[in-house]
Amino acid sequence: MSLYQKDFFGLRDLSAEDIRYLISTAETMKYILSQKNKKSPHLQGKSVIILFYEQSARAKLSYELAAQHMSANVVDMTNCTHSLGEESLRDMGQLIDQMGADFIILRHPMAGAARYLASRVGASVINAGDGYNENPGQSLLDLLTIKEQKGGFEGLKIAIVGDLIHSRVSKSNIWALTKLGAQVCVSGPTTLLLPDIEKFGVEVHYDAREAVNNADVILTTRMRLETQDETYLPSLDEYKRFFRVDHTLLKYAKKDAIVMHPGPIQRGIEISEGVIDSPQCIINDQMANSVAVRMAIFYILSQMGGGMA
Amino acid sequence: MSGKTILKNCTLLGFENKMDILIMGGLIEKIEQSIEPEGAKVLDVGGNFVLSGLIDMHCNICEPGFENIENIETVSKSAARGGFTSITCEPNTKPIVDNKTVVEYIISKSKEQSSVNIYPYGSMSMGCEGKAIAEIGEMYEAGVVGISDGDQSVNNAALMRNVMRYTKMFDLPVITHCEDSSLSQNGVMHEGYTASCLGLRGIPREAEEIHVGRNILLAKNTGVRLHIAHVSTIGTVSMIREAKRNGIPITCETCPHYFTLTETAVEDYNTYAKVNPPLRTQDDVKAVLRGIADGTIDVIASGHSPASQTEKQKEFDNAAYGISALETAFSISYTTLVEGGYITLQRLLELMSKNPAEILKLTQKGEIAVGKDADLIVVETKETYPIEPKLFASKAKFSPFAGQEVKGRVRCTIVGGKIIS
Repeated sequence: MSLYQKDFFGLRDLSAEDIRYLISTAETMKYILSQKNKKSPHLQGKSVIILFYEQSARAKLSYELAAQHMSANVVDMTNCTHSLGEESLRDMGQLIDQMGADFIILRHPMAGAARYLASRVGASVINAGDGYNENPGQSLLDLLTIKEQKGGFEGLKIAIVGDLIHSRVSKSNIWALTKLGAQVCVSGPTTLLLPDIEKFGVEVHYDAREAVNNADVILTTRMRLETQDETYLPSLDEYKRFFRVDHTLLKYAKKDAIVMHPGPIQRGIEISEGVIDSPQCIINDQMANSVAVRMAIFYILSQMGGGMA
Repeated sequence: MSGKTILKNCTLLGFENKMDILIMGGLIEKIEQSIEPEGAKVLDVGGNFVLSGLIDMHCNICEPGFENIENIETVSKSAARGGFTSITCEPNTKPIVDNKTVVEYIISKSKEQSSVNIYPYGSMSMGCEGKAIAEIGEMYEAGVVGISDGDQSVNNAALMRNVMRYTKMFDLPVITHCEDSSLSQNGVMHEGYTASCLGLRGIPREAEEIHVGRNILLAKNTGVRLHIAHVSTIGTVSMIREAKRNGIPITCETCPHYFTLTETAVEDYNTYAKVNPPLRTQDDVKAVLRGIADGTIDVIASGHSPASQTEKQKEFDNAAYGISALETAFSISYTTLVEGGYITLQRLLELMSKNPAEILKLTQKGEIAVGKDADLIVVETKETYPIEPKLFASKAKFSPFAGQEVKGRVRCTIVGGKIIS
């Protein structure tokens, strides 16, 4: 199984069985987190380096907390953006490796960066987001949340609405959910649908109402008006008109449908204020699960001899 | 090279029996069944094929300016190994080949340091910047064989039109890299399923095809000899086929990687397969193969564009485009096209020697005949061997074909009667 290796790049490479194992491990970790003493010894004597080339609050916090709960030494390299910019990823990675890192948590603006680094260092590299490729940690917490809410994946209808090009977590979710037996429907402005997206085994709907129709889960993405000087949308107001998840759109979904967002959310754009504040929107549950899934990733990699360096 | 040399026991295309070739003064003097040595140096080629030396219409020599990546000496050794007795050089050196001084420099440096013939292209626009016409006339007098902006496309259609009209008076081919940069700007590989899987930004076929269409229309109305460089898409092949049917003066080339490899070679972020234009799909590969078989495509060029290991060993987005191709072009083409049954060896030689000679007006080259330059290669076609980049003579010791088993090894290269490799 591809889960049993030094590094963790994404969900494309994993089998359904691997993904289920990760989720069930995360459930165990969640149990540990519910105890008074959250400390576990799994990473005792290990060092975890957080190497982020992009700003992030959620991912950084959850990886850092996860590593600390598991008794690792954690060093955060995010703040030294100045020296990070000057040194190549390769040199920086090797420097960290030489200093005895066991795990490198990498977030980088280029697709394939984790893979690139992993082949050049002895430490276990965990992909915390690479370009427009994958964000497997965020995806796993979405999956854990869905499983808690819906009991499983088989036969669920899941709608993903928004920006399918720049949302790496959506891509990880598509890889995972299609393997786990869910029906995935996507909808968003055509300029923001990944080229050849139908080949990923998802249904594509230009009309969000069709994608959401009878859905059990609605996943939304972050929306940005401009990326890399390219304009994809006339305005966020026009986006809202067609794709915002509000009570009108939600009527098409199942009564007990849940609405999720990876954060940070722009209230009233991706999801209406009314829906955000309704019990159907479970963004807070997502947050609560984020540490548990990161602990599961650490746990499995350390079992596989990860961080032996 | 005024000495006499006899190649004995040669298999020549179009001859049933084994032939001998007498070379004198750098020219082919005689082709007969048995030639008496009479003091000439004798080389028995053991019944192997003796073919007309290959001519590369698309090659970067990197000198002056980028000698750390490749230089005239290494590129000429690499060419000789690969069976190329003549190569051209794209103008994107530093300084750019946009005036006669640089042309003269490359020609004189090549005479000193290169064992193969090097023919420079002059740039279309000053500094290959796509803004103003370069001094094409002076470069023509200094000896350029074609006009090209390297891997830069001229986005301004009016300038392109003027370059064509102006170049027409010198009857040089105008060689265009076709890429609409507004469509390709953030892309690093072919746009499609593989790019989507890898999270890399794509370059759509239209980026190439829009410029091909535009340039065909401009060529039609200016009457210049247009040559489309490295054809990579279905649409390009069909537009060129149609243009030729309509009598527009157009020729084109492709490179071995465009009829053998697809976008999937980039899986695992393999930067050795990062080339411009990008590797496309199986449908495109098929279209290029059809174009080669039916005569739409005139030339197979190597597309040699070296890069340093430092520039290749980077994140995919940051890595340099480029391929080390001189030493693989013939064997990959032979194995795929001739062994694969698409074309005959004779036709392959048209694509890699005769047609380039005609387009570049190298009248003394491109075929084996009495009175022509003795630019010859000895090729062994039975034995299979693996491609081993670490053994390349080029400084760029990498290849997306590494490890592949091929046939068609160049055993010996002769330029102007002199055995150089």
